[in-house]
Amino acid sequence: MNTFFVRRYVIAGIFITIILILLAKLFYIQIIDKQYSIYATKNVLRQIKIYPARGPILDRNNKVLVQNQAFYDIMVTPKQVKPFDTLEFCKLLDITKDDFDVAFAKAKKYYPNQASPLVKQLSAEKYASIQERLSEFPGFDAVTRYLRFYPDSVAAQFLGYIGEVNDDQIKRSHGNYHQGDYIGITGVEKSYEDVLRGQVGIKNMVYDSHNRPKGSYMNGVLDTPAVAGERLTSSLDMTIQKLGEQLMQNKVGSIIAIEPSTGEILCFVSSPTYDPNLMVGRERGNNAAKMYKNPYTPFLIRPIQAYYPPGSSFKPLNALIALQAGLITPETSYYCTGAYKGGLPRCDEPHGQSDLARAIAVSCNTYFSSVFERLMNVNGAKNIDTTFVDWRKKVSRFSFGERLDIDLPNEGRGFLPTAQLYNKKFGVNHWRSNSILSLAIGQGELEATPLQMANIECTIANHGFYYRPHLIKAIGDKKITKAEYTQRNYVGIDAQYFEPVINGMQQVVESGTAHNSQIPGIIMCGKTGTAQNPHGKNHSIFVAFAPRENPKIAIAVVVENAGQGAWYAAPIASYIVEKYLTDTIKRSMSDFNRIRDANLMPDPTFYYSQIRKEAARDSIRKAKADSIRKRGTIKSVATKKRTDNRVAVLTSAIKREGK
Amino acid sequence: MSNPQRSFFFNVDWITVFLYLALCTIGWLNIHSAAYNPKYPGLFNIATDYGKQFIYINIGIVLGIFILLLESRLITTLAPAFYGITTLLLLLVLVVGRNVGGNQAWISLGGGFRLQPSEFAKFSTCLMLARYLSGTNIKVTELKSFLVAAGIILFPMALIMLQPDAGSTLVFSCLIFVLYREGLSPYFLILEGLFITLFVLTIKLNNLTYIVGALIIIAAIIIFFAKRNRKLVSTIFIGLCITIAFVFSVKFLYNDVLKPHQKVRIDIVLGITSDLKGKGYNVNQSKIAIGSGKLWGKGYMQGTQTKYSFVPEQSTDFIFCTIGEEWGFAGSVVVLGLYLFLVLRIIRIAERQRSPFSRVYAYGAASVIFFHVVINIGMTIGIVPSIGIPLPFISYGGSSLISFTLLLFVLIKLDSNRMGIVYA
Repeated sequence: MNTFFVRRYVIAGIFITIILILLAKLFYIQIIDKQYSIYATKNVLRQIKIYPARGPILDRNNKVLVQNQAFYDIMVTPKQVKPFDTLEFCKLLDITKDDFDVAFAKAKKYYPNQASPLVKQLSAEKYASIQERLSEFPGFDAVTRYLRFYPDSVAAQFLGYIGEVNDDQIKRSHGNYHQGDYIGITGVEKSYEDVLRGQVGIKNMVYDSHNRPKGSYMNGVLDTPAVAGERLTSSLDMTIQKLGEQLMQNKVGSIIAIEPSTGEILCFVSSPTYDPNLMVGRERGNNAAKMYKNPYTPFLIRPIQAYYPPGSSFKPLNALIALQAGLITPETSYYCTGAYKGGLPRCDEPHGQSDLARAIAVSCNTYFSSVFERLMNVNGAKNIDTTFVDWRKKVSRFSFGERLDIDLPNEGRGFLPTAQLYNKKFGVNHWRSNSILSLAIGQGELEATPLQMANIECTIANHGFYYRPHLIKAIGDKKITKAEYTQRNYVGIDAQYFEPVINGMQQVVESGTAHNSQIPGIIMCGKTGTAQNPHGKNHSIFVAFAPRENPKIAIAVVVENAGQGAWYAAPIASYIVEKYLTDTIKRSMSDFNRIRDANLMPDPTFYYSQIRKEAARDSIRKAKADSIRKRGTIKSVATKKRTDNRVAVLTSAIKREGK
Repeated sequence: MSNPQRSFFFNVDWITVFLYLALCTIGWLNIHSAAYNPKYPGLFNIATDYGKQFIYINIGIVLGIFILLLESRLITTLAPAFYGITTLLLLLVLVVGRNVGGNQAWISLGGGFRLQPSEFAKFSTCLMLARYLSGTNIKVTELKSFLVAAGIILFPMALIMLQPDAGSTLVFSCLIFVLYREGLSPYFLILEGLFITLFVLTIKLNNLTYIVGALIIIAAIIIFFAKRNRKLVSTIFIGLCITIAFVFSVKFLYNDVLKPHQKVRIDIVLGITSDLKGKGYNVNQSKIAIGSGKLWGKGYMQGTQTKYSFVPEQSTDFIFCTIGEEWGFAGSVVVLGLYLFLVLRIIRIAERQRSPFSRVYAYGAASVIFFHVVINIGMTIGIVPSIGIPLPFISYGGSSLISFTLLLFVLIKLDSNRMGIVYA
């Protein structure tokens, strides 16, 4: 003992104080501050995405249109690589030493501890040949990737293609898509994206500080499995689709065939087409660029996006409206001298006296001009604008100038002129029935998509109603069909009025304009059309349905720059119908070959400028629609006024571009 | 019962022995968790760190029993010899030592075993200090004695500084508590506290004008109120000069003497920089591991940060991360409680000694253990700069465990003999 005995308490006090300070800090970081737990989880947890297989798409007979094909990415984990014979390895994979060195150096730099792709998209055959040898090279590994594969290379525009999501799509998806995910960009791939893509699975993995996987987190209780995309059964018939594409080769145009009793689209040809397999794999970017530059725009989905004056194929519509209104009867007849009163429109030849059926059969312009004049002057010539509005309403019930809301993106609505258009064109009260007489024969401002034309044939075949045309008849294994596809859409014409029109259409094929397209043993009812084309040769159009009793197929064929409807469109339609109904083509193969091998491609430079003009008009229309939509949300008066000005400018621009 | 006088366990302080065994066991189990090797899951496999630690613990226990068998007299007599041997080893390590992690601190013994002389230097310095201060007519209050005592401490410090092992060097500074207990003026403790505060402020504020200004104002206020007391005024004035000089020298030390990695370590603790990916990585990961333990911890062998090696040096210097993560705040309290209990117990033991040698030695042991605990745990939770010194009895490592065992069991031996003859 010495005099400094009490100092033990000072020392003990200091010790206790310091320990308490440590405990206080520990209390703070372990109990109060929660961020360390979050960081700890972040440190070890990685969410690994498991990509589901995208749903396949089948035709109506369960033949595969598109399926997934396994490809193999050769992965490398640089830290696990042992010295090996590089040349031998490159030979095995068919790559050059330089390519290998570049890819390997990149992997080494960015992902030394992680597997990253060294060679992408090796075919299954190639992989099978090297699979056994791969184990000789530690650090190299293969991972299965699924890409789209089109075994028959058909229906490209119908199926569409997929590609990696862009930043905008990622932003708008609210977390559904991430960098590197695939998304449908066009066609069915886009419109059925939600069901095709399936659900990405999440695997929660624990990683160590060197980013090496160490097994699943919490034994996988938080993991979600990947759910494969639904299988789609399309309504397409592979046989006639192939035949259609064959017949349309070296031609610009569309074939669209619909089953009238269901609205299912049987054939969907957009020509020129392309091999959908070109939009898959390593060369995709180059191929796409080439196609974008193609003046014939293979990416245009002509059956729903190209507009044509329907021409004579529109005539039955006016007849039906007149019959329903009681303005004519099937027996009503007019005398044709070869031209209508004022000299226009002309007929190819004087048809003499015709009743309705004959008028349709010979496509008499005089007859239908007379009918149209009656329709327009029913309330007196001066009240034509109200009469026209009424007529327009009746026509639009056939989905003219409206979208049919087919299950493909970017469907066009065609164009059905309005009274306002004529008021502007001619001045209010300054137009009469003969001012708009072109409408009688499907010319003038009228424009329709091939889909709309085919749909009218469905309506006629059904005697007054149609089902919404659609491409996908069933979703998934349970074969779910959307409810809206089973509803009848009536067009406001009584069933009884269709018979005389159908009689006329039967005569068209039996003895009329399309008599060279008769199918032995099958009664086909059709109507030729020749759409005037201000840019070049007329477009050949043919619409039809068959057989007459209990129709199984309605069809519209447009061949651009091919002249009269009877020359190309009608024979092509007849071959499709014959093949579909009888599964064979019994007629002369030399005729078939002549049609098939005809090259009707228009002059590319001219065609390109025309398409460009249409595209310009479309983009202006879109801008106008956007401005109008935006206007609704604008509050400030000044901004509203500016938007109005912009709409006005765009409207005049559309007019300028349009005609 | 046999004659208790003859048993070498007579008068052994079992509480201290129990605390020792408890801490060793905690260390061993946590090393098992931290350095777990799935190839050798067993606790006793010699190929693993935990297997080796088990052997070290056993060697420690044998060593402890051996010490208890010794004559106390031998310890006091051999104190200068120990001191001399460790000094020689400290010199030797500078010549033949193996460089591990930038410090030339290890002497290889072959067979994967190696010796760290600085660990033993702490023990022998305590002994030597005890031997000197227990001499007749030695009083710390006298300048000559003070200088000799200080020399005993500073000499090994200087040698370790040459390795350079800043952490172990700093450990010796804790022996100021011993000198204080033996009569050193309390001003030394106060000054030390003041200087640490000033050190932190100087680096943290990085603006000498404020600090010097504040010091002058404080001094002026004290002088204003104590102007009658001439002596105090002059003392304050001198003190002011010294502190200002200190502030400037800290500035100089920090800017021009400290190596960049040492500067960064200080910066991180003071929150000046937070280079979480680089220099601050260790401490940040250590805090994450401990902080994620919450109240009850993640459970034995369940610590993700430990298991997946986010924390560096996790079985040696950062072993407390494993405790904090897997046993939570509760485990931290238990471990810190055991240490506090141990050092307070040693102080109690120290005060019941008749022999000044035993008392001085006991305070030395308490200070060394306490300093290690505070610096090590303080480092893992980021309130002390990263200094690589082990956590006594818990950190993996033979040198560390055996030298601490030596330190503690010599004390127990001396204590068991407290009723005997007063040597020296």
